[in-house]
Amino acid sequence: MNLIDAAFNRLKQEGRAAFIPFLTVGDPDLDTSVDLIAGLEQAGADILELGVPYSDPLADGPVIQRASERALLHHVTIESCFQVAGEARRRGVQIPFVLFTYYNPVLQVGLEKFMAAAAEHGISGLIIPDLPYEECSEVLELADKANIHLIPLVAPTSEGRIQAILEKARGFVYCVSSLGVTGVRSSFHEGIEAFIQSVKQATPLPVAVGFGISSHEQVERFSAICDGVVIGSAIVREVETQADRLLNESAKQDALLQICNFVSQLKGYKLT
Amino acid sequence: MTIKSDTQQVNMPDEKGRFGSFGGRYVPETLMNALLELEEAYKRHSEEPSFQEELSYLLTQYSGRKTPLYYAERLTKELGGAKIYLKREDLNHTGAHKINNALGQGLLAKRMGKTKVIAETGAGQHGVASATVAALLGLECKVFMGEEDMKRQQLNVFRMKLLGAEVVPVLSGTRTLKDACNETLRYWVSHVKDTFYILGSATGPHPYPMMVRNFQRVIGDETREQILEAEGRLPDQIIAAVGGGSNAIGMFYPFINDKSVGLIGVEAAGKGTDTPYHAATMTLGSKGVFQGSLSYLLQDEHGQVQPAHSISAGLDYPGIGPEHAYLKDLERANYVPVTDKEAVDALQLLSRTEGIIPALESAHAVAHVVKLAPTLPEDQMIVICLSGRGDKDVESIMAYLDEEGGEKQ
Repeated sequence: MNLIDAAFNRLKQEGRAAFIPFLTVGDPDLDTSVDLIAGLEQAGADILELGVPYSDPLADGPVIQRASERALLHHVTIESCFQVAGEARRRGVQIPFVLFTYYNPVLQVGLEKFMAAAAEHGISGLIIPDLPYEECSEVLELADKANIHLIPLVAPTSEGRIQAILEKARGFVYCVSSLGVTGVRSSFHEGIEAFIQSVKQATPLPVAVGFGISSHEQVERFSAICDGVVIGSAIVREVETQADRLLNESAKQDALLQICNFVSQLKGYKLT
Repeated sequence: MTIKSDTQQVNMPDEKGRFGSFGGRYVPETLMNALLELEEAYKRHSEEPSFQEELSYLLTQYSGRKTPLYYAERLTKELGGAKIYLKREDLNHTGAHKINNALGQGLLAKRMGKTKVIAETGAGQHGVASATVAALLGLECKVFMGEEDMKRQQLNVFRMKLLGAEVVPVLSGTRTLKDACNETLRYWVSHVKDTFYILGSATGPHPYPMMVRNFQRVIGDETREQILEAEGRLPDQIIAAVGGGSNAIGMFYPFINDKSVGLIGVEAAGKGTDTPYHAATMTLGSKGVFQGSLSYLLQDEHGQVQPAHSISAGLDYPGIGPEHAYLKDLERANYVPVTDKEAVDALQLLSRTEGIIPALESAHAVAHVVKLAPTLPEDQMIVICLSGRGDKDVESIMAYLDEEGGEKQ
């Protein structure tokens, strides 16, 4: 069984929503990413989104753009993201990994080679923000063969497209909370609850919400109405704040602890 | 009636926005309905006689079309060889071909009931054209421009402000056209409901490459009529500069089925195709998805987009429109590189022989003709698309010549 399905089954029994943090891989460097992944599992992540740095991240706001730039400074590639995922597994991390990547890096690896490597390195799901359902058939077919879920985004503007998107959905459905790019925001799309409700009614799959969720209150609010909550920029911004200390051997453990504390507070419990 | 093979080419793109394997719509889901709505509105309105009449009226009475097809007699004599004609798009209102498309898209925005428009700009020509059309039609306009380009093109920045537009400096990435496009798309994602994106080149997601080509084909349509009137036959070669490729596709499109007419796109080789400082997408790029469509692209082996370089801000772009990629793979059009130096030399030559200072973009097309014309017999004809005038570039050219002069001493 795909780890994502297993995670949602378990969470359903426990009666709670999935807490899904996001990290840009290679920010500030690859070794630290492995430490952060292990730390986020400890901090309560049920599923983890791993962002592949890209030169032209169209769907991302300034925080994740800067994280990409920091990672690309030392030439992080999609292959090195796979290595990080594999290394985290070897260290005993068990939660499912969802790779968040723009389409061009995938295309340059080659779709078949990419999917084989993703499966080999323990990737359970895939989000490609610039691949709408009209363009996704080849990727979907190969992902299905590799037992990797291609997770679609549904936006408040999707309207008449929702049914067609859901027909090709695997794993879970990612609802975009607002019109706009990723990034911390204080208000969400008007009618967000009704929007999430309409998506939930149209699919048997779990429905997660993301883009702009940055506080414990917001996590609580959305956990009550859907099956998963994704937190990206708020965590990446915390990593940015600690970036220099993460790269300094003597300060690294404390910096990791600070980030994990921040994340566990988002989720709503304190690290022991 | 046209024969089948001809129709196939002219009917591109297909319903998915594909030119062969190129093109498509690779954008965030949030934009998809906006693109579908735009495609539908474009098809509906562009077929209405009242839309065509209004556009044609503005192109004639406001922009000053048709633009002349001018026989450059002194340049022809100077180079010796083929007879050279210039399609004077530089004589359009605002000084470049960009107004053709901005008028078309602006009218469409108005008919779709949008009150706000946004645009990206590199050299500033498309930004000025968009700001102009926004002023004319009473629309609110924001233009996104890389901070680097704002320095290179101060005059155009000021023109946009005079026209009532807000110029938004882009500080991300390379701070040039590539990132101005990213930032415009990001802004559009957030304001998609009331904002129309006037995209300036034949790039981006479907329906933009098709729509921009169709608004620019007036260049090729007029040229065809004018050359037949002047010479009684079609030209042997048509040359146009390509960054994203809007003036070139507008010029080429009406001639695609005329196999006797050679089509040559001239791209920026910057400091040379043997250096990392170029924008030679067709010569050195590979296939990839960038800013909404599949085309050729300057990228590294891992799919990261590489920064481009050209003295011309309008050609300083690592991608190219998908229809050009298609014409290249079909071998219907050829694409050749021209360096900064060759372009500046050609600019000076045209200025001195004809009294026409071309834009740096257009000077690339002239530079290729400087090489090509002498190799062709005198009974052959070349048409250059002189896409814009050079007033905006005089400071850049002055700086370049000063630097070059300094190096020589």
